[in-house]
Amino acid sequence: MDLSRTSADAATKVVLAQGEAPVFAPGERVRVLTRSPVGHYRVPIYLRGKSGVVESVIEPVGLDNEEEAYGRNAGMKRHYYRVALPMTEIWADYDGSPRDGLHIEVFETWLERI
Amino acid sequence: MPDHHHDHTHDHPHAEISQTERPGYYEIMETAVRELLIEKRLIGANEIRRQIEVLDSRTPALGAKVVARAWVDPAFRSRLLANGRAACEELGLSFYDDTGLIVLENTDTVHNLIVCTLCSCYPRPVLGLPPDWYKLKPYRARAVSEPRAVLAEFGTIIPDDVQIRVSDSTAMVRFLVLPRRPEGTEDYTEEQLTDLVTRDAMIGVVPVTLAAERTAP
Repeated sequence: MDLSRTSADAATKVVLAQGEAPVFAPGERVRVLTRSPVGHYRVPIYLRGKSGVVESVIEPVGLDNEEEAYGRNAGMKRHYYRVALPMTEIWADYDGSPRDGLHIEVFETWLERI
Repeated sequence: MPDHHHDHTHDHPHAEISQTERPGYYEIMETAVRELLIEKRLIGANEIRRQIEVLDSRTPALGAKVVARAWVDPAFRSRLLANGRAACEELGLSFYDDTGLIVLENTDTVHNLIVCTLCSCYPRPVLGLPPDWYKLKPYRARAVSEPRAVLAEFGTIIPDDVQIRVSDSTAMVRFLVLPRRPEGTEDYTEEQLTDLVTRDAMIGVVPVTLAAERTAP
């Protein structure tokens, strides 16, 4: 048994906790969910249901602000993603370049892959 | 007051500095919560005062130092764009509020604009308190829906072939715009460059201009 190999394999076989690894990768197309939570939220209404592209994964993982607002923190750390949405996707009558965009950090629980 | 000779004797009547209006709903709520937190010994009056001192020590002059350093030091600029917070910390700028910082670079093809549509998130550790217009609803609503019209009202005309990127700060990350270094500043020292950088340029509503241009009509 080659011990040097075993230790290298062990390092690659660690099991990550839920939420530890990002669910979405840069370049993936995502949609902001259409939900209407009561109370504290961080996803502006004007972006709900809108589609965009994941620009980057924000490190490190963060607490779910919506839960934190009510004192519920345990186990809720997940990633935020910087998402790029074309202005023309958000506003049908947008006046400007079609390349103009809106960029925002969205918590993992608010995104779905499309 | 052009006719006011300020001889410090104060033998003339002054309007009394006083709070004449009744406190509003949210003022009363803030006072009640603050008193409750102190009464329950969760925070002390000294901690509140200390935090006010922390906030008062943060001004746009700090952000200007960061920008000027990025202009003269390409390695620092790279680190700043890769991790805004870590690069600012190199300069002794602490982040007391657990926020991250993404620095967004303006180029000849990209113009960045910062807003917080939900409230008034702002890179306070490096810029201090936001201006009032930043917190008011017209800017917050219009910056994300008609940024070019908003910029034009600040006197900033963005050509159609320049892409506008509006960053809406809502969560754990704050933004700072790294404006373009104006032409004609090749011989400027870092300190001279620092003096050119204004708060509004780091929010992205105006470019950095030479002092002479700024005072022009």
